[in-house]
Amino acid sequence: MSTFDLTKSSVRELNAALHTLKDDTNDTLWSVLNPNGEHSIAAGVDAAVAINVQGSVGYFCGGMNKRANIVVDGSAGQGVGENMMSGRIHVKGDASQSAGATGRGGLLIVDGNASARCGISMKGIDIIVKGDVGHLSAFMGQNGRLVVFGEAGEALGDSIYEARLFVRGPVAGLGADCIEKPMRDEHKAELIELLAASGQDHKVDVAEFRRYGSARKLYNFNIDNAGAY
Amino acid sequence: MCGIAGLFIKDAKLEPELGSLLAQMTSTLCSRGPDSAGFAIYSRGAGSRAKLTISGPSAGFDIGAVGERLAAALGHDATSAVRYSHAIITLAHDDVERAEQWLAENHPEITVMSGGKSLEIYKEVGYPDDVAKSFGIAGISGTHGISHTRMATESAVTTNGAHPFSTGPDQCLVHNGSLSNHASLRRELRREGIKIRTENDSEVAAAYLTKQMRDGQTLGEALKSSLDDLDGFFTFVVGTERGFGVLRDPIACKPAVMAETDRYVAFASEYKSLTCLPEIAKAKVWEPKPATVYFWEHA
Repeated sequence: MSTFDLTKSSVRELNAALHTLKDDTNDTLWSVLNPNGEHSIAAGVDAAVAINVQGSVGYFCGGMNKRANIVVDGSAGQGVGENMMSGRIHVKGDASQSAGATGRGGLLIVDGNASARCGISMKGIDIIVKGDVGHLSAFMGQNGRLVVFGEAGEALGDSIYEARLFVRGPVAGLGADCIEKPMRDEHKAELIELLAASGQDHKVDVAEFRRYGSARKLYNFNIDNAGAY
Repeated sequence: MCGIAGLFIKDAKLEPELGSLLAQMTSTLCSRGPDSAGFAIYSRGAGSRAKLTISGPSAGFDIGAVGERLAAALGHDATSAVRYSHAIITLAHDDVERAEQWLAENHPEITVMSGGKSLEIYKEVGYPDDVAKSFGIAGISGTHGISHTRMATESAVTTNGAHPFSTGPDQCLVHNGSLSNHASLRRELRREGIKIRTENDSEVAAAYLTKQMRDGQTLGEALKSSLDDLDGFFTFVVGTERGFGVLRDPIACKPAVMAETDRYVAFASEYKSLTCLPEIAKAKVWEPKPATVYFWEHA
C-alpha cells in the first residue's frame, strides 16, 4: 500500500505519482492522510486503483476520474467528481456545490447532503445522494441518473435534457421543462438495479421515489414557433 | 474571487487567541485575494469610551503624529496608539463628532476606518500574510473578527477599496461577489444622509445595512431586506458590536462553509481555512443555505 501524508508531501506530488500508474500496476491501494481541505486531491487519475482519503477535502476531488475507486472519509468541497468518466467516488460526509458536475460516467455516492447544482450538466454519471440536494440540481442534465434519498431544492432539473431523476422526499420546485413522470415498474426495476450495483439496495423502498425528467418542450425545435424567428 | 474568514467566539477563554486564529484562517485565503487584505476586530477594552481607527493616505504616512495632535486637540484624556499604518484614538463618546470634524478640517487626507465602542479595522494593499504581519493581527484579542482577502473587480486596488467596510458605529461588512445596482443605490443612500466614501460596490452594501438599521431594523431584518434590494452576487459576513451574521444571495455562486462548536462559530470561503481551529474535527460543519440569514449574538 502506498501512503501519502499531505502534511509531508504536496498534492502535486500525490497526483503526479497517481498519474504515472500503468494498467498493470501492483500498486492498487493508496491511502491519503491529512488532506486538510486541500484542493484537487486525486484529480485526473486513470487507473483501476483504490484511493482512501482520510479526512475532508477541498475543491475538485477526484475530478476527471477514470476507473479509480475513491473514498473520502469526510466531506468534500465544490466540484467533487467533476467531469468524472468512470470509476466510483464515495463521500462519507457532505458534498458542497456542483458535485458530479458534467460527469460522463461512473458512480458518485454522497452519504450526507449535496448542496446547490448537484449533477449540473451531467452527461452520463450516476449520482446517489443519501441526504438532500440544493437548488438547481441536474441543471441541463443530459444523461445519467440522479437519485436523492432526501429532499431537492428549488428548480430541480431546470432545462433538463435526458438525465433521469429519482427523488424520495419533497421537491421545493421543478425547473423549466422538468416534470414529474409516472414511476412504472420498469423504472422501479432500473432504480433497484442501480441501488444494488452501488450496495444501497434494501436501505430504501424504491416505491417511495418519484420520477422526474424532461417534458422535451424546451430543447426540441417546434415548427409552430417558426414565425417567431 | 476574494476570500472571507470570520470567527465569533463563544468561550471567553478563547478571546486572547482571536487575532492569531483569524490570521491563520486568512493565510489560507491569500491565493483567493492577493491584492489587499483587511481585518475587523471587535475587542473589549475601550470600556465606556469610544474608539476611532484612522488611516493616512499611504502606509508610509506618519499617522502617529496626526493621532497625537488629534488627541491633544480633543482633550478629555483622549489617547492615540499606533498600529502600523493606522492609529486608534480612544476618546469620550461625546467627542466623536468633534474628532471627525477636526480631521476633516485639519487633515482631509485621513480616512476614519471605523468608529464605535469595540470595532477596530485594519486594512492595507498588499499580500494578505504581509498585511496581517505588519499590523500584528496575531497578537490582538477580541470577541469576534472578520477578515477579507481581495481580488479587485469593481473598483481600484487601494487601501480604501479594501474590505471590511464600516458605515456605522461598530458595524462592518465584507463581501465576496459583485453588485450590479450599486451606483443607483449609492445615490439614494447618500441622499438619505448615509456616508459613503468610495466607488466600491461592497461599501454600498454596508451602507444599505446601516441605513436599514438606522431606520429601525435589526441586523437580521436588514440582511433579509437586502435580498430584495441588492442586485448581484454576494456572500456577506457582517459584524456589529455584539453580533455576527452571514448571508448568501439566492443563487449562491460564492463559496461558504461554516463550523460551530461550544467555543466558537466560524465562517470561511474554503474548508481549508477552518482546519486551524481548535477541535475542528468535532465541529458541526455545514454550508450555509442560500437566501438564509444566519446570525449569532453575544449576550
